[in-house]
Parts: sequence; structure tokens; C-alpha cells
Amino acid sequence: MTLDTTRRSFLKGAAAAGAVLFIGARPDGALAAAGESTAFNPFVKIASDGTVTAIVKHVEFGQGPATGLSTLIAEEIGLRMDQITYDFAPSNAEVYNNFAFGPFQGTGGSTAMANSFQQYRTAGAAAREMLIAAAAQSWGVDASELSIEEGVVTGAGQSAPIGEFVAVAATLDAPETPALKDPATFKLIGNPDIRRLDSAIKGDGSAMFAMDLHLPNQMVAMIKRPEQRGGLATGFDDSAAQEVKGYIMSAVLPNSAGVAVYAESTWAAMQARDAVEVEWDLSAAETRSSDEIEAEIRAALDAEPTYNVNKSDQAATQALLNGADQVLEQSFYFPLLAHAPMEPLNCTIEATEDGGIRLHDGCQLPTGPHMALSQIFELPMEKIEIKTMLAGGSFGRRATPDADYQVEAALAFVVTDRSRPVKLVWSREDDLRSGYYRPAFGHKVKVGLDADGRIVGWDHRIAGQSIMKGTAFEPMLVHDGVDHSSVEGASDTPYQIPGAFFGLTDTEKATSTLWWRSVGHTHTAYVMEVMMDMAAKAAGQDPVAYRLSYLTGGADQDRLAGVLKLATEKAGWGSAPAGHAQGVAVHKSFGSYVAEVVEVSGSAEDGVRIEKITCAVDCGLPVNPDVIKAQMEGGIGYGIGHVMRDRITLTGGAVDQYNFPDYEPLRIGDIAAIDVHIVPSAEAPTGVGEPGTPPAAPALANAIAAASDDLRVSSLPMDENGVAFA
Amino acid sequence: MAFSLKLNGTSHEVDVEPGTPLLWVIRDELKMTGTKFGCGVASCGACTVHLDGQPVRSCQTYVEDVEGAEITTIEAMSETEIGAAVQQAWVELDVVQCGYCQSGQIMSAVGLLSENPKPTAEDIDAYMYGNACRCATYQRIRAGIQRAAEILEA
Repeated sequence: MTLDTTRRSFLKGAAAAGAVLFIGARPDGALAAAGESTAFNPFVKIASDGTVTAIVKHVEFGQGPATGLSTLIAEEIGLRMDQITYDFAPSNAEVYNNFAFGPFQGTGGSTAMANSFQQYRTAGAAAREMLIAAAAQSWGVDASELSIEEGVVTGAGQSAPIGEFVAVAATLDAPETPALKDPATFKLIGNPDIRRLDSAIKGDGSAMFAMDLHLPNQMVAMIKRPEQRGGLATGFDDSAAQEVKGYIMSAVLPNSAGVAVYAESTWAAMQARDAVEVEWDLSAAETRSSDEIEAEIRAALDAEPTYNVNKSDQAATQALLNGADQVLEQSFYFPLLAHAPMEPLNCTIEATEDGGIRLHDGCQLPTGPHMALSQIFELPMEKIEIKTMLAGGSFGRRATPDADYQVEAALAFVVTDRSRPVKLVWSREDDLRSGYYRPAFGHKVKVGLDADGRIVGWDHRIAGQSIMKGTAFEPMLVHDGVDHSSVEGASDTPYQIPGAFFGLTDTEKATSTLWWRSVGHTHTAYVMEVMMDMAAKAAGQDPVAYRLSYLTGGADQDRLAGVLKLATEKAGWGSAPAGHAQGVAVHKSFGSYVAEVVEVSGSAEDGVRIEKITCAVDCGLPVNPDVIKAQMEGGIGYGIGHVMRDRITLTGGAVDQYNFPDYEPLRIGDIAAIDVHIVPSAEAPTGVGEPGTPPAAPALANAIAAASDDLRVSSLPMDENGVAFA
Repeated sequence: MAFSLKLNGTSHEVDVEPGTPLLWVIRDELKMTGTKFGCGVASCGACTVHLDGQPVRSCQTYVEDVEGAEITTIEAMSETEIGAAVQQAWVELDVVQCGYCQSGQIMSAVGLLSENPKPTAEDIDAYMYGNACRCATYQRIRAGIQRAAEILEA
């Protein structure tokens, strides 16, 4: 590490008290450091007053990256958690891209920690080495004698806070390959006592979500959309809206997808929108009902599948089933589901002084809206700025391949004179009725067993609406016609199943389909785990022992077996109190391994009550154990709440549900305490936001079967298919 | 039309139409954004505020009906003994995830503890039923309320 004289001369004019050290990466990936951040985008910023800021490239909607990425930097520099704060990164796909997505910035697929772990540790380690080098220079001692603990450089008989060395450190070159700390010395990573950095602001009302932004002179816009997807606005009558105090104007969106209604306040916009009459051209609109969608899916399951997913020998599977001692056959149907994040969708667009556009948004996939806005406004990418704010949940909804609501806001802005910022606000009704949905899917499975109850063949047909086809993600995630998100968790099951065949048929999209917390695993885990339970029952074997007998021969299998053993041990598997029944499920998703045991009382007929849930997770090295536990708790609640009673249905193409009373969220009394156990691991960290969800519903279904004369709930939601909840 | 409201101990004059929900007076007119919009139909509880100490859904409470009442929002909770205890418990247990519903959760939790200083899990489930959390932080909400009760008892 040497003094960089050009940077040093730049810093000469700067008062040391105002100096800042930025450490980040250049577009080629090389580490960079400087006293100003114009040359690159930083991951960490250290001010001479000792304030350390992690620049977080992922959106925070509860899953914990603000705390997690700050933890990595604090650990490597040598800070306490109360010595670091965070800010959200601007949109820049070259520097802040998600390594799992390629040259694309975004949060999804439970990758925030997995793809940031080395990157943010490295940035923190670079900061540590530079601060120590600066201190060594200042004190005239060898850097090897110095270390940083709790924000203080100590060694060679001296000690001083890191802020004192920022000005000198900012003149040094970043080390090319800083040495990361030995995991054995970690104080923060893996520490279960580390608290979230965003708890206090979310408990006192000061946290700023995008919905809380109020720019001077802003207009609130709400969109009147067609009842049926694909309807086009051809005109409107706003004479009644003129009576609403605060109403400004209405305009047909340039793509005719709706009419934007503008007002001085949210309440005025809501009232005015109700008062605007729109003429619709519904000639190309969706008119099907959910019953027709279901019929199409069920018919597809009875026909030959379009795709042989694993290119396996279908005839051989059939022959094995023909020769089986018994064949279990079960069909499943999964309805459309809405994401319904607590904060309704919204974002604000304004013109900047330099002729650009600024988007304020709880932005999950910044590169998507960044490119879309660049096209709509015909501006170069660098003229579009995205300010990422806190988001009130997403579960996939804020990450649409077509940047749906940001485009809507841009179109609502582009038709104005652009002198006033436009805040687009969705209502809960908009969210449930005009949304993007977890696609409807059906499965039909035949499992052949021999006389000993061992699986000899497995014929598994899947039919449903592709999420990825027709989107920018198709080239990455659709191969030989197979949308991986339609079959993940089934066709790639770690169970060592002999004679398996997986077929897939795409059905027509009746709505906009979208990933929903855990994507394909939302339905595949349910089917795999209910079928394994049925097979164990038919074999007369314990469901845990039966599963374990198919989890051998590799690391995936060992880790699944590990969580299965841990969860069942902690749950007291097989020793539930009288009147209680247990169900288990185990599943790998997003690189993580999760087993869950649900214990219920009652029965499907008399009313099921969830009494206890036990979870074991192996997500590699646990960075923030308490955040991991919280994500398991939340993921389980999300999975269970929806299978209990939620579905989106269509009548004549229009969504039947309006608001939470028709799409009842999981409530506090619905769910028992969840006991989460984390498997210690030195493997690279993997996902936690989604993997808790997939096993929850099948574990509940298996518990209900155990409590209810083997009733297998094969169509969802449960409360419409024979299960009462107490 | 002018209305006079007493919010967090301060009087405010607002010029809004009769029938305007208190939620939008607080958020859009007074620019206090801790009180959240979640559903607009009193089904999620994100908009919960206190009216003379009682939790109400501000999205279904109208401006003309609250003149003369003491309105309290999340922004003033730290100034009350119970509110401060709940907020402390929330931070100790990291109850929040996305956090969007938590102002409403805390306002309801304070309402519960004001009536019932030592609520059982069943009491909590019954009282908090109307406050939805899509992140499903429910077991921590339950634990947070019981922890706040401990803090208050100490």
C-alpha cells in the first residue's frame, strides 16, 4: 500500500475534520477507495467523526439485509453494531448488481446475504487495512502491531478512534486482496444477540417508507383500471369528480391501460377516482373465470405433458408402475394467490433540476424500472435516479419483470406538464384486484410401491401458468421450453426416487403471473411432501424414517436429513400429547434446507387448531441468527396463512376479492409459537427469506391427515376443501 | 371546512371536507406519517390511533367526530409509560420485520396493557386479532406485550 500523491493533493484543500473514506468497487470489480465517491460507488463510507455507513445494495422489507450487510462490514472493520449505520445504494447495475442475477441490481430469490457475503466482508476488510495503514504511518509503527476493536485502533502502546485516520486513509490505494478475518474470531457474525438496526425507527413511527414521502407541490395519482385484465380505456367523464375538493384532472394513460386521476391529497384522489366514469374497450380483455382456468389445468394433467422435464424414460416409468404392488394416485390444485404486502404499492416520480427523472420507491429490482424509465422518458440511464426507501413487505410483488407500477407512475407523470411530482398510490383493492398473482397450478402424481412399500416408480405431471415465459428472465430461466420455476422443488428433488418421470404442460395465462414467496416451491413442496407422507403411510412406516431412507448418498441428502432429524428431535416426534397429531415436511429451496413439524389438535371435521410448530434450518453459516429465526417464523406464517383460507378467484375475467375481508390475512390467534433451531455450519450462507415457507403447508396438511382419518387436502385453500379451523 | 383537532397534546386547525377519515388528516394534512394506510376498511389495524386513550381505526374515524377528543399517535407513544415500555420490549425482542404494521400493533398493544396489565397469551390473541401483520411477526408481538408487562411491573 503506497501513498497516492494525486489523491493526497486533492485532499490537501479539505479540512481533515470533514474527510471521508469511501471504499467500493469499480465497474471491473476491483476494489477502490478515495476521499470522494465520484469515481465509483461505495459499499462503505467512513467519516472523520468515526461514523461508519454501510451502503446496502438490497432493499429492506423486513428480511434483514440492512442489518446483515452492516454486520459484515462492522465485523471486518472491528466495530460494535452501534457504531455502524446504513443507507440504501443508488441504482447502478455495474457496481451494485446481484451476482445471482448477472448485470442486474435487485433483491430476490433469497440471495441478499448469499451474494453479498464475500463482497461486503471484503470492503470492510479493505477499510480495516487502510485505517490501520494510516495509523501505522501516523504513529511511525508497523501495521502488523495494530488492530481495530470497537472502532479504536490499538497497538504499539497507542490507541485512537478510527475517525482520526480517515483523512490519511483516504489518500491510500485500496488493497487488492484484503485479508478477511478468520471465522473463529467472529464477534458479530453468528452472534445471536445482535439486534436489528431498524427496530427503533419502526417502533416509533419515524421510519420512512415510500408511502410516507410527501414532496412539496406533489400530486397524488390513482389509476382507474379495467375490471378485466387487458381492457383499454377509450375515454372518461370526470364531471362528478369535479365536485371533489382537491381534484385536479384525469388523463388516459398513454398505453390506454387505465385513467390516471390526480388530486391534491390521497383522500381526494380516492374519492375522485370513484367518481370518474371510464369508457372501456373490453374486446381483448380476459373473460375467463377461475373455474375455467382450473378445468384447463386439470385437463392438461390428463393429457400427455408437453415437456419431459428431465428427459427421462417415460415408458420405463409406466412399466414400473404397471408392475408395482400398489399405485398411489393423487391430484392437487393450487389457486391463484395475491402477495398483499402490508404497504400498498406506491412510488413518486419527479423531474430533477438537471433535466433528469428521480424515482422514490421501495425498489426491489432497481435495474428494471431504471431501464423502463430511461425508455419512457427517452433519457440516458445516468439521467434517471432511483432513491430506494424502506418497503412495507413484498413477498415478490415489488419485483415485476415489467416494472409494472413504476411504469404506471412514469406514464402518469409523462402526460402531465411535469412541473409537479406525481405520487402514485394503490389502494388495497387495487393490490388484490389489479395485481400479479402466484399462478394456478395442478399436479397429478402416481407413486408405485413394491410389496415392502418401497418406491419403484414415480410419475409426476405438472400443469400451470408459466411465470418466466414472455419476460426478460425467459432466456435465463427457461430451458428447452421448461420454465424452471414451474417444476423447481419437484423435478430436482434430492430424494433418491427410482423410476421418476416429471412432465410439464404450460396453460394459458389468464392473469399476470408472478413469483410469490418461494415461487415454484409454493406448490411443489406441498405435493412432494404429501406424497412422501402417503407413501410412508401405505408402507406402514414412520414418515420420518421413510423420508430418511430416501435421503442418502450426497451432501444435499445429508443436510436435509440433518434438519429433519433435528426438527423431529426438538418437536418430540412421536410423543405428542393425547388428542394432538403431528405432521412433518422437509424441503430444500434457495440453497437452504428446512424441516418443519406442525402439531395440531382437533380434526378436519371438528376444527383443527395449530398447537406448536418446530423448525430446523441449515442455511450455511448463520450471519444473523435472530434474523434467520424471524424469517423462518414469518415464512411459516406466510405459508400457513394462505393455505388455510386464501385464494384469488375470477368471474368473467374480473377478480372477485376486494379487500382483506375477502382475502383474510393470517391473524395472531391462528398460529402457535414457532420454535426455530439453526444447524451450525461453516458453509457459505444461503437464503432465509423464502425457504421457511415451502415446508409449512405440507407439514400442516400431513398433521391434518394424521388427525383426520388420513384426509388428504389436495385442493387449496383448506377451509374450502373439507377442513374447519378452530 | 375548518376543524380543530387536538393531537398529541397540540391543537391543529385543518381545512378538510366533512367525512374525511382521520387517517388522511393525520397523514396528508398534518404530515405525520407514523400512522399507516393498509386497507382503508378497518380490517388490518395499521392505522390505529388512540382517541381519548382508546385504540380506534383512523381510516374509519371521521374528522367531524373527533373535534374535542384527545388524539394520540405513535409519534407520542414514547412519552407515555406504557408506550415507552412497549417500544422498549419491541426493540429488545426485534419484533419488527418490514415494520409497516408495527405502529398500529404498538398502539393496540398499549391499549391492551392500559386495560389489562398482565394479559395472558389468550388475552393478547383476542385483543390483537384485528391487527394484521403480513410478515407474521405474531409470536414476537405476543412475547413483546408480555415483556412490556414485565417492564411495567418492575
